[in-house]
Amino acid sequence: MTSIADAPRSSLGDSLRVGTHQLASRLIVGTGKYADYAQMSVALALSGADCITVAVRRERLIDARGQNILDFIDTSRYTLLPNTAGCFTAEDAVRVARLGREILLGLENPGADWVKLEVLGDTKTLLPDPVATLEATRQLVDEGFQVLCYTSDDPMMARRLKEAGAVSVMPAGSPIGSGQGVLNPNNLRICLEYLKDGDADYPVIVDAGVGTASDVTIAMELGVDGVLLNTGIAHAGDPLKMAVAMKAALEAGRLAYLAGRIPKKLYATASSPESDTIAPKPR
Amino acid sequence: MRIQVNGQDREVPQGITIAQLLDTLRMNVAHVAVEVNLNVVPRAQHARHELHESDRLEVVSLVGGG
Repeated sequence: MTSIADAPRSSLGDSLRVGTHQLASRLIVGTGKYADYAQMSVALALSGADCITVAVRRERLIDARGQNILDFIDTSRYTLLPNTAGCFTAEDAVRVARLGREILLGLENPGADWVKLEVLGDTKTLLPDPVATLEATRQLVDEGFQVLCYTSDDPMMARRLKEAGAVSVMPAGSPIGSGQGVLNPNNLRICLEYLKDGDADYPVIVDAGVGTASDVTIAMELGVDGVLLNTGIAHAGDPLKMAVAMKAALEAGRLAYLAGRIPKKLYATASSPESDTIAPKPR
Repeated sequence: MRIQVNGQDREVPQGITIAQLLDTLRMNVAHVAVEVNLNVVPRAQHARHELHESDRLEVVSLVGGG
């Protein structure tokens, strides 16, 4: 297997703070859907991420090979972010969050105090159930969790979740695993305006929908603080190449946002001096 | 006595503890979390937490996810 120990991390020196966690990379990547755990392990390293998401599932009772994802993740290198994927009620999401915390406490991983909350409406769309998501956010915040909240790109919902105490609101660019990118940049702009009003450092992370590198750049150029993705890397033709591309795309988008883009104009503006040309101007 | 583990019925000795059950199931204790009747039982209590007839357990671990 490729050595991952010295894989480069983000070169921006521009870390992301979410609750009490300080992340060196603004890219958060999932660990699902890889061909195997060895490939996942290399892709994670190449992405430059220092925070990775994991899911909580029933342990198989008859487990001959006994391969566990933890054998392929250096838990001293990554902050794990357990999710509540697969939950369709607030109650179940709270249970899964507690179980994830219990596992991470055992691993002495700093991720034990936070959770990526997903409460989904149905299996076809995997769209979040906003009412149940808000309910679960309130309860988990009460129990001391730092809640990163997967939600739609609805600005009012985003505002409600922040008011309920979520440490980060994570609007979807488009449905989970759909690869459609950022479908409604205007909604994300309004989410950003509302969530960062008087609170510029409040982290907003685009979670879900990324299909390719430019989607990450587009999201970051809007001014979001980070991007969370999984399938875009794991199901790419070459996941390792795509992991590198996603890292570069994130840095490009972040730098472009910080640099400030030029306004769009209808007509051209010459880059070369318009005076002292030897050619006469056309009428 | 009869208990349920991850949705499956299972016959276990009276008074078995969580730690003994995990050992019987040959599970890596460092990787799992246990819920009994909807409440998480912290790992430190596994050795002394005795199970009862009809208890419903979930034994979970981490898998890849987004």
